[in-house]
Amino acid sequence: MAAQVAAASRSGLRSALPLLAPAYLWLTVAIFLPLSAMVFFSLMTELPLSGKPWAFTLENYTAFFSQSLYLTLLLASLRLGLEVTLWCIIVGYPAAYVLAKVLKGRSREAIFLLVILPFWSNGLVRIFSWAMVLREGGILDTALNAVLPFKINIDLMYSYPAVIIGLVHSYVPYMVLTCYLTLQAIDDSLIEAGRSLGASRLQMLKRVIIPLSMPGLVAGAALIFVPVVGSFMEPRILGGRTGTFYGTVIEDQFVAVFNWPLGAALSFILLAVVLVILAVASPVLRRAM
Amino acid sequence: MATTRVLEWLGRLYIWLLLAFLYVPIIIMALMSFNVSPFYQLPFEWTTEWYASLWQNDQLISATWNSLEIAVITTIICVVLGSAASLALYRYEFRGKKFLQALLFPPIAIPWLITGTAMLIFFFGVGIGRGLFAILLGHVALALPYVIVVASARLQTFAPELEEAARSLGANQWQVTNRVTLPWIMPGVIAGGLFAFAVSFDQFVVSYFLSTPGQTTLPVEIYAAIRKGFTPEINAVSTIIIVVSMALMLLTARFFKFGGEK
Repeated sequence: MAAQVAAASRSGLRSALPLLAPAYLWLTVAIFLPLSAMVFFSLMTELPLSGKPWAFTLENYTAFFSQSLYLTLLLASLRLGLEVTLWCIIVGYPAAYVLAKVLKGRSREAIFLLVILPFWSNGLVRIFSWAMVLREGGILDTALNAVLPFKINIDLMYSYPAVIIGLVHSYVPYMVLTCYLTLQAIDDSLIEAGRSLGASRLQMLKRVIIPLSMPGLVAGAALIFVPVVGSFMEPRILGGRTGTFYGTVIEDQFVAVFNWPLGAALSFILLAVVLVILAVASPVLRRAM
Repeated sequence: MATTRVLEWLGRLYIWLLLAFLYVPIIIMALMSFNVSPFYQLPFEWTTEWYASLWQNDQLISATWNSLEIAVITTIICVVLGSAASLALYRYEFRGKKFLQALLFPPIAIPWLITGTAMLIFFFGVGIGRGLFAILLGHVALALPYVIVVASARLQTFAPELEEAARSLGANQWQVTNRVTLPWIMPGVIAGGLFAFAVSFDQFVVSYFLSTPGQTTLPVEIYAAIRKGFTPEINAVSTIIIVVSMALMLLTARFFKFGGEK
Protein backbone atom coordinates (compact mmCIF):
# COMPACT_ATOMS: atom_id res chain seq x y z
CA MET A 1 0.00 0.00 0.00
CA ALA A 2 2.71 2.45 1.03
CA ALA A 3 4.72 1.44 -2.01
CA GLN A 4 1.71 2.07 -4.19
CA VAL A 5 1.20 5.52 -2.70
CA ALA A 6 4.87 6.29 -3.15
CA ALA A 7 4.73 5.12 -6.75
CA ALA A 8 1.63 7.19 -7.40
CA SER A 9 3.18 10.26 -5.88
CA ARG A 10 6.33 9.73 -7.92
CA SER A 11 4.32 9.54 -11.13
CA GLY A 12 2.44 12.62 -9.91
CA LEU A 13 5.73 14.46 -9.72
CA ARG A 14 6.68 13.26 -13.18
CA SER A 15 3.48 14.73 -14.65
CA ALA A 16 3.68 17.87 -12.55
CA LEU A 17 7.31 18.64 -13.24
CA PRO A 18 7.00 20.04 -16.79
CA LEU A 19 4.25 22.39 -15.60
CA LEU A 20 6.07 23.45 -12.45
CA ALA A 21 9.62 23.69 -13.67
CA PRO A 22 9.43 26.98 -15.62
CA ALA A 23 7.82 28.93 -12.78
CA TYR A 24 10.10 27.58 -10.07
CA LEU A 25 13.19 27.89 -12.24
CA TRP A 26 12.36 31.54 -12.72
CA LEU A 27 11.86 32.06 -8.99
CA THR A 28 15.15 30.29 -8.32
CA VAL A 29 17.12 32.46 -10.74
CA ALA A 30 15.54 35.75 -9.73
CA ILE A 31 14.82 35.31 -6.01
CA PHE A 32 16.43 32.36 -4.30
CA LEU A 33 19.86 32.43 -5.95
CA PRO A 34 20.13 36.21 -5.46
CA LEU A 35 19.28 35.87 -1.77
CA SER A 36 21.95 33.17 -1.39
CA ALA A 37 24.41 35.25 -3.40
CA MET A 38 23.78 38.15 -1.05
CA VAL A 39 24.88 36.06 1.92
CA PHE A 40 27.96 34.97 -0.01
CA PHE A 41 28.95 38.48 -1.10
CA SER A 42 28.39 39.87 2.36
CA LEU A 43 31.37 37.76 3.47
CA MET A 44 33.73 39.30 0.91
CA THR A 45 36.06 42.25 0.95
CA GLU A 46 35.36 43.19 -2.68
CA LEU A 47 33.03 42.03 -5.40
CA PRO A 48 34.87 39.23 -7.26
CA LEU A 49 33.92 40.75 -10.61
CA SER A 50 35.28 44.19 -9.90
CA GLY A 51 38.73 42.97 -10.91
CA LYS A 52 40.21 43.85 -7.55
CA PRO A 53 41.56 41.05 -5.39
CA TRP A 54 39.07 39.78 -2.88
CA ALA A 55 39.04 37.57 0.18
CA PHE A 56 36.57 36.21 2.66
CA THR A 57 36.03 38.37 5.68
CA LEU A 58 33.66 38.99 8.53
CA GLU A 59 34.54 42.66 8.43
CA ASN A 60 31.17 43.72 7.05
CA TYR A 61 29.41 42.16 9.98
CA THR A 62 31.87 43.43 12.55
CA ALA A 63 31.30 46.88 11.03
CA PHE A 64 27.68 46.58 12.00
CA PHE A 65 28.45 45.68 15.58
CA SER A 66 31.46 47.92 16.13
CA GLN A 67 29.98 51.12 14.75
CA SER A 68 27.05 52.15 16.85
CA LEU A 69 25.64 54.10 13.88
CA TYR A 70 24.20 51.02 12.16
CA LEU A 71 22.69 49.56 15.29
CA THR A 72 21.20 52.95 16.18
CA LEU A 73 19.66 53.25 12.73
CA LEU A 74 18.33 49.70 12.82
CA LEU A 75 16.71 50.48 16.17
CA ALA A 76 15.31 53.71 14.71
CA SER A 77 13.84 51.72 11.82
CA LEU A 78 12.37 49.13 14.18
CA ARG A 79 10.86 51.95 16.23
CA LEU A 80 9.47 53.52 13.07
CA GLY A 81 7.95 50.17 12.12
CA LEU A 82 6.42 49.81 15.58
CA GLU A 83 4.97 53.32 15.63
CA VAL A 84 3.52 53.05 12.14
CA THR A 85 2.02 49.66 13.02
CA LEU A 86 0.45 51.07 16.19
CA TRP A 87 -1.03 54.03 14.33
CA CYS A 88 -2.37 51.68 11.68
CA ILE A 89 -4.11 49.67 14.42
CA ILE A 90 -5.53 52.82 16.03
CA VAL A 91 -6.74 54.18 12.71
CA GLY A 92 -7.60 50.95 10.94
CA TYR A 93 -9.20 48.72 13.57
CA PRO A 94 -12.25 50.91 14.30
CA ALA A 95 -12.77 51.34 10.56
CA ALA A 96 -12.63 47.57 10.06
CA TYR A 97 -15.15 47.16 12.88
CA VAL A 98 -17.58 49.63 11.37
CA LEU A 99 -17.20 47.98 7.98
CA ALA A 100 -17.77 44.49 9.35
CA LYS A 101 -20.46 45.13 11.95
CA VAL A 102 -22.23 48.42 11.22
CA LEU A 103 -22.41 48.82 7.48
CA LYS A 104 -24.50 46.39 5.47
CA GLY A 105 -25.05 45.33 1.90
CA ARG A 106 -23.99 47.46 -1.01
CA SER A 107 -22.67 50.42 0.93
CA ARG A 108 -20.36 48.06 2.79
CA GLU A 109 -19.09 46.57 -0.47
CA ALA A 110 -18.53 49.97 -2.05
CA ILE A 111 -16.75 51.47 0.95
CA PHE A 112 -14.64 48.35 1.42
CA LEU A 113 -13.48 48.66 -2.17
CA LEU A 114 -12.77 52.37 -1.68
CA VAL A 115 -10.64 51.65 1.39
CA ILE A 116 -8.45 49.02 -0.24
CA LEU A 117 -8.28 50.64 -3.67
CA PRO A 118 -5.49 53.14 -2.89
CA PHE A 119 -3.04 50.50 -1.84
CA TRP A 120 -2.98 49.09 -5.30
CA SER A 121 -1.93 52.46 -6.63
CA ASN A 122 1.65 53.57 -6.84
CA GLY A 123 3.17 53.98 -3.37
CA LEU A 124 5.68 56.50 -4.61
CA VAL A 125 2.95 58.71 -6.03
CA ARG A 126 0.96 58.56 -2.78
CA ILE A 127 4.01 59.62 -0.78
CA PHE A 128 4.56 62.45 -3.23
CA SER A 129 0.95 63.56 -2.77
CA TRP A 130 1.65 64.07 0.95
CA ALA A 131 4.50 66.34 0.05
CA MET A 132 1.91 68.54 -1.70
CA VAL A 133 -0.17 68.68 1.46
CA LEU A 134 2.49 69.05 4.14
CA ARG A 135 4.78 71.65 2.59
CA GLU A 136 5.04 75.11 4.10
CA GLY A 137 2.65 77.15 1.99
CA GLY A 138 1.15 73.81 1.02
CA ILE A 139 -2.48 72.85 1.21
CA LEU A 140 -2.69 72.11 4.94
CA ASP A 141 -0.97 75.38 5.75
CA THR A 142 -3.15 77.41 3.39
CA ALA A 143 -6.38 75.73 4.40
CA LEU A 144 -5.81 76.08 8.15
CA ASN A 145 -4.80 79.71 7.84
CA ALA A 146 -7.88 80.44 5.77
CA VAL A 147 -10.14 78.97 8.46
CA LEU A 148 -8.38 79.96 11.66
CA PRO A 149 -8.51 83.55 12.87
CA PHE A 150 -4.84 83.53 13.91
CA LYS A 151 -1.75 82.87 11.85
CA ILE A 152 -0.07 79.53 12.31
CA ASN A 153 2.80 78.03 10.45
CA ILE A 154 2.39 74.45 9.40
CA ASP A 155 5.55 73.05 8.02
CA LEU A 156 5.53 69.35 8.70
CA MET A 157 7.50 68.56 5.58
CA TYR A 158 10.91 67.00 6.21
CA SER A 159 10.05 65.90 9.71
CA TYR A 160 9.52 62.64 11.57
CA PRO A 161 5.73 63.13 11.81
CA ALA A 162 5.61 63.60 8.04
CA VAL A 163 7.29 60.21 7.56
CA ILE A 164 4.81 58.61 9.99
CA ILE A 165 1.79 60.21 8.28
CA GLY A 166 2.96 59.11 4.84
CA LEU A 167 3.68 55.54 5.94
CA VAL A 168 0.39 55.18 7.86
CA HIS A 169 -1.42 56.42 4.77
CA SER A 170 0.39 53.83 2.67
CA TYR A 171 -0.14 50.85 4.95
CA VAL A 172 -3.39 51.36 6.85
CA PRO A 173 -5.48 49.57 4.17
CA TYR A 174 -3.64 46.31 5.04
CA MET A 175 -4.82 46.59 8.64
CA VAL A 176 -8.38 47.38 7.63
CA LEU A 177 -8.38 44.41 5.26
CA THR A 178 -7.01 41.78 7.65
CA CYS A 179 -9.06 42.96 10.65
CA TYR A 180 -12.18 43.18 8.54
CA LEU A 181 -11.79 39.55 7.49
CA THR A 182 -11.55 38.28 11.07
CA LEU A 183 -14.17 40.65 12.48
CA GLN A 184 -16.63 39.63 9.83
CA ALA A 185 -16.25 36.00 10.87
CA ILE A 186 -17.42 36.76 14.42
CA ASP A 187 -20.98 35.58 14.82
CA ASP A 188 -23.33 38.46 15.62
CA SER A 189 -25.35 36.23 17.94
CA LEU A 190 -22.24 35.83 20.11
CA ILE A 191 -22.17 39.59 20.63
CA GLU A 192 -25.90 39.69 21.30
CA ALA A 193 -25.58 36.85 23.80
CA GLY A 194 -22.82 38.62 25.68
CA ARG A 195 -24.76 41.85 25.75
CA SER A 196 -27.95 40.21 26.96
CA LEU A 197 -26.00 38.58 29.76
CA GLY A 198 -25.12 42.07 30.94
CA ALA A 199 -21.67 42.68 29.53
CA SER A 200 -20.93 46.31 28.84
CA ARG A 201 -19.70 47.44 25.44
CA LEU A 202 -16.18 47.84 26.78
CA GLN A 203 -16.23 44.36 28.32
CA MET A 204 -17.44 42.86 25.06
CA LEU A 205 -14.67 44.60 23.19
CA LYS A 206 -11.99 43.46 25.65
CA ARG A 207 -13.19 39.90 26.31
CA VAL A 208 -14.77 38.85 23.03
CA ILE A 209 -14.19 41.02 20.02
CA ILE A 210 -10.50 41.86 20.34
CA PRO A 211 -9.44 38.29 21.29
CA LEU A 212 -11.42 36.83 18.40
CA SER A 213 -9.99 39.28 15.91
CA MET A 214 -6.41 38.77 17.13
CA PRO A 215 -5.32 36.79 14.04
CA GLY A 216 -6.30 39.71 11.83
CA LEU A 217 -4.46 42.17 14.04
CA VAL A 218 -1.30 40.05 14.07
CA ALA A 219 -1.42 39.40 10.32
CA GLY A 220 -1.95 43.09 9.62
CA ALA A 221 0.85 44.05 11.98
CA ALA A 222 3.27 41.64 10.27
CA LEU A 223 2.25 42.87 6.81
CA ILE A 224 2.90 46.47 7.87
CA PHE A 225 5.87 46.15 10.20
CA VAL A 226 8.11 44.18 7.83
CA PRO A 227 8.05 46.54 4.83
CA VAL A 228 8.14 49.67 6.99
CA VAL A 229 11.37 48.53 8.67
CA GLY A 230 12.87 48.20 5.19
CA SER A 231 11.44 51.45 3.81
CA PHE A 232 13.77 54.02 2.31
CA MET A 233 11.84 55.97 -0.32
CA GLU A 234 9.23 57.33 2.10
CA PRO A 235 11.75 58.68 4.65
CA ARG A 236 13.82 60.17 1.81
CA ILE A 237 10.94 62.10 0.26
CA LEU A 238 9.04 63.15 3.40
CA GLY A 239 11.83 63.12 5.97
CA GLY A 240 14.56 64.98 4.14
CA ARG A 241 17.57 65.26 6.39
CA THR A 242 15.69 63.81 9.38
CA GLY A 243 14.78 60.81 7.25
CA THR A 244 17.92 58.75 7.70
CA PHE A 245 16.97 55.20 8.59
CA TYR A 246 18.41 51.73 8.19
CA GLY A 247 16.80 51.37 4.76
CA THR A 248 18.28 54.60 3.45
CA VAL A 249 21.74 53.52 4.59
CA ILE A 250 21.38 50.26 2.65
CA GLU A 251 20.21 52.24 -0.36
CA ASP A 252 23.29 54.47 -0.05
CA GLN A 253 25.66 51.49 -0.06
CA PHE A 254 24.28 50.43 -3.43
CA VAL A 255 23.61 53.68 -5.26
CA ALA A 256 25.91 56.27 -3.67
CA VAL A 257 28.85 54.77 -1.74
CA PHE A 258 29.11 51.59 -3.83
CA ASN A 259 30.18 49.43 -0.92
CA TRP A 260 28.13 46.44 -2.03
CA PRO A 261 29.56 43.87 0.38
CA LEU A 262 28.69 46.10 3.33
CA GLY A 263 25.27 46.75 1.79
CA ALA A 264 24.77 43.00 1.42
CA ALA A 265 25.70 42.42 5.05
CA LEU A 266 23.33 45.17 6.22
CA SER A 267 20.57 43.73 4.02
CA PHE A 268 21.17 40.26 5.36
CA ILE A 269 21.04 41.46 8.95
CA LEU A 270 17.71 43.13 8.15
CA LEU A 271 16.49 39.90 6.56
CA ALA A 272 17.49 37.94 9.66
CA VAL A 273 15.71 40.40 11.96
CA VAL A 274 12.61 40.27 9.78
CA LEU A 275 12.62 36.46 9.69
CA VAL A 276 12.98 36.26 13.48
CA ILE A 277 10.03 38.62 13.89
CA LEU A 278 7.91 36.63 11.44
CA ALA A 279 8.87 33.41 13.20
CA VAL A 280 7.79 34.89 16.51
CA ALA A 281 4.52 36.10 15.02
CA SER A 282 3.62 32.88 13.18
CA PRO A 283 2.76 30.65 16.19
CA VAL A 284 0.51 33.42 17.51
CA LEU A 285 -1.18 33.39 14.14
CA ARG A 286 -1.49 29.63 13.92
CA ARG A 287 -2.78 29.23 17.45
CA ALA A 288 -5.36 31.91 16.93
CA MET A 289 -6.60 30.41 13.67
CA MET B 1 -30.98 51.91 22.00
CA ALA B 2 -30.35 55.59 21.39
CA THR B 3 -26.69 55.06 22.29
CA THR B 4 -26.44 52.36 19.65
CA ARG B 5 -27.74 54.71 17.02
CA VAL B 6 -25.34 57.46 18.06
CA LEU B 7 -22.45 54.99 18.00
CA GLU B 8 -23.42 53.72 14.56
CA TRP B 9 -23.64 57.26 13.31
CA LEU B 10 -20.21 58.03 14.74
CA GLY B 11 -18.91 54.88 13.07
CA ARG B 12 -20.15 55.99 9.69
CA LEU B 13 -18.66 59.43 10.21
CA TYR B 14 -15.37 57.79 11.12
CA ILE B 15 -15.30 55.77 7.91
CA TRP B 16 -15.81 58.91 5.88
CA LEU B 17 -12.97 60.60 7.77
CA LEU B 18 -10.72 57.66 6.94
CA LEU B 19 -11.71 57.86 3.29
CA ALA B 20 -10.90 61.58 3.36
CA PHE B 21 -7.49 60.80 4.87
CA LEU B 22 -6.89 58.24 2.12
CA TYR B 23 -8.09 60.27 -0.84
CA VAL B 24 -7.66 63.98 -0.09
CA PRO B 25 -3.89 64.06 -0.66
CA ILE B 26 -4.26 62.16 -3.91
CA ILE B 27 -7.03 64.47 -5.09
CA ILE B 28 -5.01 67.56 -4.16
CA MET B 29 -2.00 66.17 -5.96
CA ALA B 30 -4.14 65.56 -9.04
CA LEU B 31 -5.75 69.02 -8.86
CA MET B 32 -2.33 70.64 -8.70
CA SER B 33 -1.48 69.07 -12.03
CA PHE B 34 -4.18 71.32 -13.52
CA ASN B 35 -3.03 74.47 -11.72
CA VAL B 36 -1.18 77.23 -13.59
CA SER B 37 1.34 78.10 -10.87
CA PRO B 38 4.52 76.02 -11.05
CA PHE B 39 4.96 76.64 -7.30
CA TYR B 40 1.53 75.24 -6.47
CA GLN B 41 0.25 78.69 -5.50
CA LEU B 42 -3.43 79.31 -4.95
CA PRO B 43 -5.87 80.61 -6.20
CA PHE B 44 -6.44 77.75 -8.53
CA GLU B 45 -6.31 78.52 -12.25
CA TRP B 46 -7.10 75.77 -14.72
CA THR B 47 -4.52 74.68 -17.27
CA THR B 48 -3.47 71.55 -19.11
CA GLU B 49 -0.03 72.91 -19.97
CA TRP B 50 1.73 70.45 -17.64
CA TYR B 51 0.21 67.55 -19.50
CA ALA B 52 1.21 69.19 -22.77
CA SER B 53 4.78 69.64 -21.58
CA LEU B 54 4.90 65.95 -20.66
CA TRP B 55 4.81 65.22 -24.36
CA GLN B 56 8.01 67.23 -24.79
CA ASN B 57 9.79 65.29 -22.07
CA ASP B 58 11.51 62.52 -24.01
CA GLN B 59 13.04 60.96 -20.93
CA LEU B 60 9.65 60.52 -19.27
CA ILE B 61 8.04 59.22 -22.43
CA SER B 62 10.69 56.60 -23.03
CA ALA B 63 10.51 55.57 -19.37
CA THR B 64 6.73 55.25 -19.71
CA TRP B 65 7.11 53.02 -22.75
CA ASN B 66 9.63 50.89 -20.89
CA SER B 67 7.21 50.56 -17.98
CA LEU B 68 4.34 49.56 -20.23
CA GLU B 69 6.44 47.12 -22.25
CA ILE B 70 7.84 45.44 -19.16
CA ALA B 71 4.41 45.29 -17.53
CA VAL B 72 2.84 43.67 -20.60
CA ILE B 73 5.62 41.10 -21.04
CA THR B 74 5.60 40.40 -17.30
CA THR B 75 1.85 39.82 -17.44
CA ILE B 76 2.10 37.38 -20.36
CA ILE B 77 4.95 35.38 -18.83
CA CYS B 78 3.31 35.31 -15.40
CA VAL B 79 -0.03 34.19 -16.77
CA VAL B 80 1.51 31.32 -18.74
CA LEU B 81 3.95 30.12 -16.08
CA GLY B 82 1.55 30.84 -13.24
CA SER B 83 -1.43 28.95 -14.60
CA ALA B 84 0.75 25.98 -15.52
CA ALA B 85 2.20 25.86 -12.01
CA SER B 86 -1.13 26.29 -10.25
CA LEU B 87 -2.67 23.58 -12.42
CA ALA B 88 0.14 21.19 -11.49
CA LEU B 89 -0.18 22.05 -7.80
CA TYR B 90 -3.90 21.45 -7.98
CA ARG B 91 -3.95 18.28 -10.05
CA TYR B 92 -1.04 16.20 -8.83
CA GLU B 93 -0.01 14.80 -5.49
CA PHE B 94 3.68 14.40 -4.86
CA ARG B 95 6.22 14.64 -2.11
CA GLY B 96 7.47 18.16 -1.48
CA LYS B 97 4.30 19.83 -2.72
CA LYS B 98 3.77 21.63 0.58
CA PHE B 99 7.34 22.87 0.38
CA LEU B 100 6.86 24.20 -3.14
CA GLN B 101 3.73 26.01 -2.03
CA ALA B 102 5.56 27.48 0.95
CA LEU B 103 8.29 28.74 -1.39
CA LEU B 104 5.79 31.17 -2.88
CA PHE B 105 5.70 33.27 0.27
CA PRO B 106 9.28 34.54 0.69
CA PRO B 107 9.07 36.62 -2.52
CA ILE B 108 5.90 38.23 -1.19
CA ALA B 109 6.98 38.62 2.43
CA ILE B 110 10.61 39.73 2.15
CA PRO B 111 10.93 43.53 1.86
CA TRP B 112 11.63 44.64 -1.68
CA LEU B 113 14.69 46.53 -0.50
CA ILE B 114 16.31 43.18 0.34
CA THR B 115 15.08 41.36 -2.76
CA GLY B 116 16.09 44.28 -4.97
CA THR B 117 19.61 44.62 -3.64
CA ALA B 118 20.07 40.84 -3.73
CA MET B 119 19.01 40.78 -7.39
CA LEU B 120 21.40 43.63 -8.15
CA ILE B 121 24.32 41.75 -6.62
CA PHE B 122 23.46 38.43 -8.25
CA PHE B 123 22.63 39.74 -11.73
CA PHE B 124 25.80 41.78 -11.66
CA GLY B 125 27.76 38.79 -10.46
CA VAL B 126 26.59 36.40 -13.18
CA GLY B 127 26.95 38.95 -15.96
CA ILE B 128 23.30 39.79 -16.61
CA GLY B 129 24.01 43.24 -15.25
CA ARG B 130 21.45 45.98 -14.88
CA GLY B 131 18.94 47.31 -17.37
CA LEU B 132 15.56 46.47 -18.78
CA PHE B 133 16.17 42.73 -19.08
CA ALA B 134 17.21 42.50 -15.44
CA ILE B 135 14.13 44.54 -14.46
CA LEU B 136 11.92 42.14 -16.41
CA LEU B 137 13.53 39.13 -14.71
CA GLY B 138 12.84 40.73 -11.35
CA HIS B 139 9.28 41.81 -12.07
CA VAL B 140 8.22 38.37 -13.25
CA ALA B 141 9.66 36.81 -10.10
CA LEU B 142 7.82 39.31 -7.90
CA ALA B 143 4.47 38.93 -9.65
CA LEU B 144 4.54 35.17 -10.28
CA PRO B 145 3.73 34.07 -6.70
CA TYR B 146 0.71 36.39 -6.64
CA VAL B 147 -0.58 34.91 -9.91
CA ILE B 148 -0.11 31.34 -8.66
CA VAL B 149 -1.89 32.15 -5.39
CA VAL B 150 -4.80 33.88 -7.13
CA ALA B 151 -5.19 31.16 -9.79
CA SER B 152 -4.94 28.42 -7.13
CA ALA B 153 -7.68 30.12 -5.12
CA ARG B 154 -9.90 29.97 -8.17
CA LEU B 155 -8.99 26.31 -8.77
CA GLN B 156 -10.10 25.46 -5.24
CA THR B 157 -13.65 26.12 -6.37
CA PHE B 158 -13.28 23.72 -9.31
CA ALA B 159 -15.03 20.34 -9.09
CA PRO B 160 -12.64 17.57 -10.19
CA GLU B 161 -15.68 15.49 -11.19
CA LEU B 162 -16.01 17.75 -14.19
CA GLU B 163 -12.61 16.59 -15.47
CA GLU B 164 -13.53 12.96 -14.79
CA ALA B 165 -16.85 13.38 -16.55
CA ALA B 166 -15.17 14.84 -19.61
CA ARG B 167 -12.62 12.03 -19.58
CA SER B 168 -15.27 9.33 -19.30
CA LEU B 169 -17.02 10.92 -22.26
CA GLY B 170 -13.87 10.29 -24.28
CA ALA B 171 -11.96 13.57 -24.04
CA ASN B 172 -8.17 13.26 -23.96
CA GLN B 173 -5.97 15.09 -21.44
CA TRP B 174 -5.41 18.05 -23.75
CA GLN B 175 -9.11 18.45 -24.49
CA VAL B 176 -10.00 18.19 -20.81
CA THR B 177 -7.52 20.92 -19.92
CA ASN B 178 -8.44 23.11 -22.85
CA ARG B 179 -12.22 22.87 -22.83
CA VAL B 180 -13.07 22.20 -19.18
CA THR B 181 -10.36 23.26 -16.75
CA LEU B 182 -8.97 26.37 -18.43
CA PRO B 183 -12.36 28.02 -19.07
CA TRP B 184 -13.19 27.46 -15.42
CA ILE B 185 -10.03 29.06 -14.05
CA MET B 186 -10.12 31.89 -16.63
CA PRO B 187 -11.45 34.54 -14.19
CA GLY B 188 -8.66 33.63 -11.79
CA VAL B 189 -6.09 33.79 -14.55
CA ILE B 190 -7.36 37.16 -15.77
CA ALA B 191 -7.40 38.53 -12.24
CA GLY B 192 -3.88 37.18 -11.73
CA GLY B 193 -2.78 38.78 -14.98
CA LEU B 194 -4.17 42.19 -14.03
CA PHE B 195 -2.49 41.74 -10.67
CA ALA B 196 0.82 40.98 -12.36
CA PHE B 197 0.44 44.05 -14.56
CA ALA B 198 -0.22 46.25 -11.52
CA VAL B 199 2.69 44.77 -9.54
CA SER B 200 5.03 45.41 -12.44
CA PHE B 201 3.67 48.81 -13.50
CA ASP B 202 3.78 50.20 -9.95
CA GLN B 203 7.01 48.51 -8.95
CA PHE B 204 9.58 51.01 -7.80
CA VAL B 205 12.09 49.50 -5.39
CA VAL B 206 13.35 46.58 -7.46
CA SER B 207 13.37 48.61 -10.69
CA TYR B 208 15.29 51.33 -8.90
CA PHE B 209 18.19 49.07 -8.04
CA LEU B 210 18.23 47.38 -11.43
CA SER B 211 17.92 50.42 -13.68
CA THR B 212 20.68 52.29 -15.48
CA PRO B 213 20.49 55.92 -16.63
CA GLY B 214 19.26 55.05 -20.13
CA GLN B 215 17.11 52.11 -19.11
CA THR B 216 14.64 53.08 -16.44
CA THR B 217 10.96 52.75 -15.73
CA LEU B 218 8.45 55.49 -14.97
CA PRO B 219 8.44 55.20 -11.14
CA VAL B 220 12.24 55.36 -11.06
CA GLU B 221 12.15 58.45 -13.29
CA ILE B 222 9.53 60.06 -11.01
CA TYR B 223 11.63 59.35 -7.92
CA ALA B 224 14.61 61.04 -9.55
CA ALA B 225 12.42 64.00 -10.51
CA ILE B 226 10.98 64.35 -6.99
CA ARG B 227 14.45 64.39 -5.51
CA LYS B 228 15.56 67.06 -7.98
CA GLY B 229 12.62 69.28 -6.97
CA PHE B 230 8.88 69.29 -7.31
CA THR B 231 7.26 70.41 -10.56
CA PRO B 232 3.63 70.15 -11.69
CA GLU B 233 4.86 67.84 -14.45
CA ILE B 234 5.45 65.18 -11.79
CA ASN B 235 1.88 65.78 -10.63
CA ALA B 236 0.63 65.27 -14.16
CA VAL B 237 2.52 62.01 -14.62
CA SER B 238 1.52 60.83 -11.14
CA THR B 239 -2.11 61.57 -11.85
CA ILE B 240 -1.98 59.50 -15.02
CA ILE B 241 -0.33 56.60 -13.18
CA ILE B 242 -2.80 56.67 -10.33
CA VAL B 243 -5.80 56.74 -12.65
CA VAL B 244 -4.41 53.85 -14.71
CA SER B 245 -3.58 51.65 -11.74
CA MET B 246 -6.84 52.31 -9.91
CA ALA B 247 -8.81 51.53 -13.05
CA LEU B 248 -6.86 48.28 -13.39
CA MET B 249 -7.60 47.29 -9.83
CA LEU B 250 -11.29 48.01 -10.24
CA LEU B 251 -11.20 45.69 -13.25
CA THR B 252 -9.41 43.03 -11.20
CA ALA B 253 -11.94 43.30 -8.40
CA ARG B 254 -14.71 42.86 -10.94
CA PHE B 255 -13.20 39.78 -12.50
CA PHE B 256 -12.24 38.19 -9.26
CA LYS B 257 -15.51 38.75 -7.51
CA PHE B 258 -18.21 38.67 -10.13
CA GLY B 259 -16.36 36.37 -12.52
CA GLY B 260 -18.96 33.64 -12.86
CA GLU B 261 -19.17 32.36 -9.31
CA LYS B 262 -22.70 31.11 -9.73
